[in-house]
Amino acid sequence: MNFLKYTSIFMLILLAMSCKKDSPIDYTVETANLTLVKTIASGSHNIKIYTENGKLQTGYNKIYLQLANADGSLINNAQLTWKPLMHMMSMQHACPYSAITKVADKNTLYQGYIVFQMAGNTSEYWELQFDYTIGSTTFTASSKIDVTAAAKRNLVSFMGTDNTRYVIAMVTPTTPKVALNEMQAMVFKMQDMMTFPVVDGYLVKIDPRMPGMGNHGSPNNAHLTQNSTNKIYQGKLSLTMTGYWKINLQLANAAGTVVNGEEVTSTNEASSIYFEVEF
Amino acid sequence: MNRFSKFASVFLLAPFSVFAQNQPADSLKQIQLSSVVIIGQQRVINKNIKVLSSLDSYLETNNAVNMIKRGAYAWEPMLNGMATERSVVTIDGMRIYGACTDKMDPITSYVEVTNLSQANIHSGQAGAVNGATIAGSIDLLRRQSGFGGKPFAGSIFSGLESANLQKIAGATLQHSSANFFADVDFTFRDADNYKAGGGKEVLYSQFTKYNFSTTVGYQLDPHQQLKASLIYDKATDVGYPALPMDVSKAEAFIGSLQYDKHVGSSLVDYWQTKLYYNKVTHIMDDTKRPDVPIRMDMPGWTNTGGFYSKLNGEISNHKWTANLSGHYNTSLAEMTMFSNNPNEKDMFMLTWPGVHTLYTGLFLEDKISLNKQWAASVSLGSALHHNVVKDDFGYESLKIFYPDMQRNKSRWLKNTAVKMSYHKEKWQFDFGTGYGERAPSVSEGYGFYLFNSADKYDYVGNPEMPNEKSLEFNTSAAVSKADFSVKAQLNYFRICDYIIGFNRTDFIPMTIGASGIRMYGQLPVATIFNAGLSLGYRITEHLQWSGNMAYRRGNSGNLNLPQIQPFSYGSAFKYTDKSFIAEISASGTIKQTAYGAEFGEVPAAAYTVFNFATSKQFDLAKQKIVVKAGVENLFNRYYATFADWNRIPRMGRNVFVNVIFGF
Repeated sequence: MNFLKYTSIFMLILLAMSCKKDSPIDYTVETANLTLVKTIASGSHNIKIYTENGKLQTGYNKIYLQLANADGSLINNAQLTWKPLMHMMSMQHACPYSAITKVADKNTLYQGYIVFQMAGNTSEYWELQFDYTIGSTTFTASSKIDVTAAAKRNLVSFMGTDNTRYVIAMVTPTTPKVALNEMQAMVFKMQDMMTFPVVDGYLVKIDPRMPGMGNHGSPNNAHLTQNSTNKIYQGKLSLTMTGYWKINLQLANAAGTVVNGEEVTSTNEASSIYFEVEF
Repeated sequence: MNRFSKFASVFLLAPFSVFAQNQPADSLKQIQLSSVVIIGQQRVINKNIKVLSSLDSYLETNNAVNMIKRGAYAWEPMLNGMATERSVVTIDGMRIYGACTDKMDPITSYVEVTNLSQANIHSGQAGAVNGATIAGSIDLLRRQSGFGGKPFAGSIFSGLESANLQKIAGATLQHSSANFFADVDFTFRDADNYKAGGGKEVLYSQFTKYNFSTTVGYQLDPHQQLKASLIYDKATDVGYPALPMDVSKAEAFIGSLQYDKHVGSSLVDYWQTKLYYNKVTHIMDDTKRPDVPIRMDMPGWTNTGGFYSKLNGEISNHKWTANLSGHYNTSLAEMTMFSNNPNEKDMFMLTWPGVHTLYTGLFLEDKISLNKQWAASVSLGSALHHNVVKDDFGYESLKIFYPDMQRNKSRWLKNTAVKMSYHKEKWQFDFGTGYGERAPSVSEGYGFYLFNSADKYDYVGNPEMPNEKSLEFNTSAAVSKADFSVKAQLNYFRICDYIIGFNRTDFIPMTIGASGIRMYGQLPVATIFNAGLSLGYRITEHLQWSGNMAYRRGNSGNLNLPQIQPFSYGSAFKYTDKSFIAEISASGTIKQTAYGAEFGEVPAAAYTVFNFATSKQFDLAKQKIVVKAGVENLFNRYYATFADWNRIPRMGRNVFVNVIFGF
């Protein structure tokens, strides 16, 4: 319904525009399904940060951006980069994040993702810095951002048996159903405190269980394998009823060796690495 | 068994004898395709002394019927050794779908003996008139006083039973005139837990049931009639000791409107058309059980609307029937489990995923009188059966198991039967053959994690199964003399693509404590053989003796099918003097040797139980009082039969009194 509503509003606006040729194009409609998280002001521009639920949370965050002039008009020819940084008491570190690209069919909307491994608090916080170029001029803006803890675990970070530190973040399902859900996740390794490249060619084994119901599982799950185009790991997650599910994980490298996570058996109730969904 | 009962068993069983009230061999040349169980309590031919017993007890007197017991209430009728998926149970031709995924509410549980006059039981394809079947059909006929009877009549009745302190009370009222009649009845039953033989209380075997029904008829002219019928039935607080859950409410509304026309032409004699609708609500939960691994609710609902239009006629030596029928059913059942961790959300699933069934069938039958001795019966039926999974949630759920599943599934069902009958003086021989098909039931096609408490497996439906097909052969021989009657019946079903659950070790069961998952699939062939023998002998003018024996065998190779009756016997002596009747009877089975271990069955031990009953009618000026009393399971024997789910014991010694005041 929302989609219909917004589409019809969009159509009405288009119709209105066709009548009044002089008025400036209103691109706010490009963020119609999104909620503003924060506006970061630099001297001459405002960077508006959007997500679907208006929050930045631990785990995978799909983030949309608009860059506005002081008068509110939107800029569509900027080159943006960003850098999330966690300021801890004793150290600083970054997290896995993507480059910023223009959303394919939009004029003013940019997108990217950031995988926050931890939430901020009063003494430890995330800072997001933007460097962007308009024409040949470079600008910088940065601000503290609030990252809250997701209600359910959607990210695991661990040291593998190969002495590499990995991060696995669940991308979908964001709204799980009693069905064979499309499941997506991203796998990163920590090269150093600031660099988290995507890991290629691994296998994410999943075993969803309901600990509240005798730890039963579900049929016809498909382990997550990497899509070579978008680098996302994709598989099928079968959820046979609503409620709380623990998705037990095992990460296997290209050679098939499990680098972390344990199989669920009658004696081992859960893997040490897992996601959670509840619906 | 003590000495007396041993002696008594020898005495009683030497001649095997009957309770089964098979219709006596008819002197007409037409073939009798059905056997009849008389139910109406005011009918003179109702020979059942415990006249207020449940409909289930009445049906059980028929040799073709076994009742699966999951408790004291709502037994599931098995016909020719086959459970309800393979038979068609109707009320006056109306199709009704039970709303319980665990078969705790067969259609027979939504009616009362006061609603009915009789049950017509057809075996095999002779029962295909009201729908596609394998095992046959049970059609329960509504009681109606008809036109031109007494202006005002009725009865008040009451009963008591000792083993479960069952209290029965009710009334019937009838009004009849030349152009109008109305029947109203009400029955109430309330029972506590029953005591098994030896006195042990069987927990969760209580029940309470209310039933109200009415039928009105109006004669438009001497050749046209309109009838309307309504049954409202509600059971509350029903325990099922053989199952892990009970029922807080089982409610049915069953209504119909019927038009009858006596055509009387040379081609068509009679035309009957009925429209009907029924709605069943079944609320199952485990709130009364103190110790469960997880709390759950499992409500279910069905709605069925339908019609039939039936023509009868006679042309020379042909007596024909044509029945066009159709119904539309929706079946939905849910399961909600409440986590022991209060912070977790409830677990919800659809166990019947909003399955809609559209059925349209045409059935034709011709009974031909060939000559003085020979008669034949030929029938032909065809039906379209269409299923749709309407609920998106349910469809997505099933697609977990069947990713390529379509929402719609259409089937074409065929049936045919031929029967020959030879009749000479006191002898009658029948032999026949038939072929029929059926679609999988809602559970077999679309069930989602249905826990079977006997074999402890979670069952998952299979929507793409081909139709189950049955080839049957039957024969019977009967002799009926003034003081002696014998009837022997045999039938054999060879069922191809027999629907049954298959272990899937690659899947994890859902229910806590379940052994695994079984998905419905098909055995290439299963066979079921039924044999029955009924005897009657008039020893003196007042003393009559009857007996019966039954045996079934159901298997597929080495695999024994579950709930198949071992060799069983019954024997009764009945003394009748005017309106006084006394009866002593015994019944039992030998030890069950062929049992379905694969289906959680353990062999039922041999048993014999004895019953005693008396009946006396007192005639007042215009009223009558009938008092019936007796003792069932006289020696308080502890026993469980092949038909007792999870081998819960049957009732111990039970003293009953039925009093009927008729006016």
